[in-house]
Amino acid sequence: MKVLMFGWEFPPHITGGLGTACFGMTKGLLKNDVDVIFVVPKAYGDESEEAVRLVNASDVSIDIRKTEQTEFWRNITYLEVNSSLVPYIGPEAFDNLMESNEKVTTLNEESVFNARYVFSGKYGENLLQEVARYALVGAQIAKDSDFDLIHAHDWLTYSAGVAAKQATGKPLVVHMHATEFDRSGENVNQRVYDIERAGMMAADRVITVSNLTRNIVIDRYGIDPAKVITVHNAVEPVEKLDARITEKHVPEKIVTFLGRVTFQKGPEYFIEAAYKVLQRDQNVRFVMAGTGDLLEKMIRRVAQLKISTKFHFTGFLRGDSVDKMFAMSDVYVMPSVSEPFGISPLEAMRSNVPVVISKQSGVAEILHHALKVDFWDIDAMADAIYGLLQYKSLPEMFSKYGALEVDNLKWENAARHIKAVYEQVYQE
Amino acid sequence: MRSICLYFQVHQPSRLRTYRFFDIGVDHHYYDDYQNKTIVRRVAEKSYLPMNKLLLDLIKEYGATFKVTFSISGIALDQLSQYAPEVIESFKKLAKTGNVEFLAETYAHSLVSLKDPEEFRSQVMMHSDRIEALFGKRPTSFRNTELIYSDYIGEQVHNMGFNIMLTEGARHILGWKSPNFMYCNAASPKLKLLLRNYQLSDDIGFRFSNHSWIEWPLTAEKFASWINAYDKNQQVLNIFLDYETFGEHQWAETGIFEFMKAMPKQVFALTDYTFDTPSGIAGKVQPVSAVSVPVPISWADEERDLTAWLGNEMQDEAFESIYKLIPQMKGCEDPELIKDWLYLQTSDHFYYMCTKWFSDGAVHNYFNPYSSPYEAFINYMNALSDFIRRVESSQIKPEPIPEYSIPDPKALAIKSKQAYKDAEDTENIEDIEILLSLSKARLKEFLASVDAKTLAYSMYDRSEDEIKKLIKKLPDSFKEELAAVRAQIKKPRKSTLDTYKNKMTEMLKSLF
Repeated sequence: MKVLMFGWEFPPHITGGLGTACFGMTKGLLKNDVDVIFVVPKAYGDESEEAVRLVNASDVSIDIRKTEQTEFWRNITYLEVNSSLVPYIGPEAFDNLMESNEKVTTLNEESVFNARYVFSGKYGENLLQEVARYALVGAQIAKDSDFDLIHAHDWLTYSAGVAAKQATGKPLVVHMHATEFDRSGENVNQRVYDIERAGMMAADRVITVSNLTRNIVIDRYGIDPAKVITVHNAVEPVEKLDARITEKHVPEKIVTFLGRVTFQKGPEYFIEAAYKVLQRDQNVRFVMAGTGDLLEKMIRRVAQLKISTKFHFTGFLRGDSVDKMFAMSDVYVMPSVSEPFGISPLEAMRSNVPVVISKQSGVAEILHHALKVDFWDIDAMADAIYGLLQYKSLPEMFSKYGALEVDNLKWENAARHIKAVYEQVYQE
Repeated sequence: MRSICLYFQVHQPSRLRTYRFFDIGVDHHYYDDYQNKTIVRRVAEKSYLPMNKLLLDLIKEYGATFKVTFSISGIALDQLSQYAPEVIESFKKLAKTGNVEFLAETYAHSLVSLKDPEEFRSQVMMHSDRIEALFGKRPTSFRNTELIYSDYIGEQVHNMGFNIMLTEGARHILGWKSPNFMYCNAASPKLKLLLRNYQLSDDIGFRFSNHSWIEWPLTAEKFASWINAYDKNQQVLNIFLDYETFGEHQWAETGIFEFMKAMPKQVFALTDYTFDTPSGIAGKVQPVSAVSVPVPISWADEERDLTAWLGNEMQDEAFESIYKLIPQMKGCEDPELIKDWLYLQTSDHFYYMCTKWFSDGAVHNYFNPYSSPYEAFINYMNALSDFIRRVESSQIKPEPIPEYSIPDPKALAIKSKQAYKDAEDTENIEDIEILLSLSKARLKEFLASVDAKTLAYSMYDRSEDEIKKLIKKLPDSFKEELAAVRAQIKKPRKSTLDTYKNKMTEMLKSLF
């Protein structure tokens, strides 16, 4: 079986969990005898190609004057004009985006698409133009390649997936890693929502990363439950953790938040819980690693509570620094308001760090060896943190069973479920 | 004539409320009164009351041939008195028939038998007192929490004066032997043992309503025909069940009450069995052999061991943490502390911390207030941490933990010499030092019974510095009196000095 897969990013060039998940998934699929052609908007040349043939959308030339593509372009134009919000950017960037959007509507088809277009591959202001062009390129790649079905990851690639399906008639599976409701709470951007819904309506199957997401897809997007299937994410095994030997230079225990400092991740609940714990236990430091549009507000809140000597901000961490941060941590907290899956607690557990996770996360559905609290229940969150710091058998339990539990969450197994979904649609 | 022993366990723990760490040192109430009340009321109405009535009717109908046995934990009695006193009344009615035996157990339904013999005995006695006060008869038969039993525990139970004990007929201790005989303790053969027939007990307790069970539906007639098929020389049949089996584990709709109602009739019609109690059976049946149980067993799960309550890191830490308090609690007379001490020992708290069900996914969540064992542990430890602080601040002097190992005689000799020397040293401590160590108020109180002359003479040969120090602490009136007496003393004789000194020492001794 051969799959044409549309992604947005691929390691090592990642900004979120999507690229990591796609990488693990393609490797898992390979082990299950599924070949993958993976399309990204922009390839840098240093991506891992151990599991996939990577296609750089920037290298594909298309002829816009071909009739069916012109037809699809009309569809895309519709989508483009009507969508304005992107994930992972703040309100300042939003205004710029709106301006550029207006320009897009006036773009002349031929001036943009007469030859090649160099994608930026970033989540930026040109995102919507890129999404639209990506779709067009997707159709072209689909026509040029030999494969059995199409698999598209998140709304950015749904248009490409739909275009590829229209161009070839091959079945389409779309993968929902995060919905617009997860990113924006109740202030949903209607246009992004529309793209997401159109993609899922056109798809033969929708794969969601958790039952939490599955319920959102069914309840909020009105997708037929029969075609929505949950396949929980997994985590890549690591050979050895050098970071474990990293020395901690403070005597106190360390409690860590690691992730984007945005509404979705619930950083303010972490701070309020930290304040409660510090009232009782001074032998602890709190760390908020990451950046985002709420960072300044969070720094002000910490100062207001007068806990700045015990509460530290590291900014954005990547690669080695993340492992080091885990190695130094005694507790990892993920207080997400809405987390379709949430891979970071698994990374923490793999480093033998006990985790406190919100019940509003997909990962809570599959983990036994984690403390689960409601994101808004700061009393329960503080209590869980305090318990982990205070009662020594708890961390012992977690390091004994937690790493083991994570080791059993293999992409190979998740990929087997995905392959089963492929087989269903293929037979129809 | 063969006997069926029907014994029912009545127990409800006092479940803890959500107790956060910031409640430690602030709030000393640990229990979820609302939840406990709701559950006790519900179980009383769905199970205890209808079943008590049913049993009372059966006793009236069949007289001396139908007897039943109960064990009701102290914590259950406390809660029933508080939330469902009519249940206690209905048990009293049953007791009055003379066809019902009440067993002894630990008051707190605790795991203390695994930890400390003395505390074990004290909790059993406390429970026996309560049963005697309520039902008019002191228990002579014993069952331990969750039927936990070992040779060592049996020996202790025998030493407490019980002659029969109930436990599990675990396959791994019996091997090919049948539980339907009387056995006895391996170390104290005078302690008889009734072993639970888990096959038949679980048919009623677990499988009764299971439609995929090949024997479903279980009728009284079928049951009677099964037991009749047992070899005639197997003289006892022990059906031990949680009382909540009737109406709660097995809902009324399953027909469990009808089954129970019809069962004696079928048994009398089709078999030669009658229903008897442990003490009744102990009087007429002799043990066939001793059964050796070096490692404790229980009636729980497939393993019939202790792993539901102890064994993972959290359970062990919680267990050790609470039982570290045994020495402090021995001298404790504060009723509030004693209550919490008992209530926090209930085995259910440890059961909620069990992780072994993660693997098969079948979580035992009957009335389990927690969604995970980790939550259960943190909540329990928070409450226990507060309790520990209270015990420590109540300033009860810990009794030394007794040493059970035989000491080396040489070390003992050195020890006794040292002790003798210490005693001598204590004798030599001067009165004035003791006086100086007293608080002002205490000193004043003491001086009321001492005359200035005695004081003056007894401190005659002390240095001026020391005397000054003491005078500083004295009340003003006494200062003048003392100065006057001291001025009068000219060179006294040593015997005079000794007399006063001895008098002083005696008086000081009376202080302590």
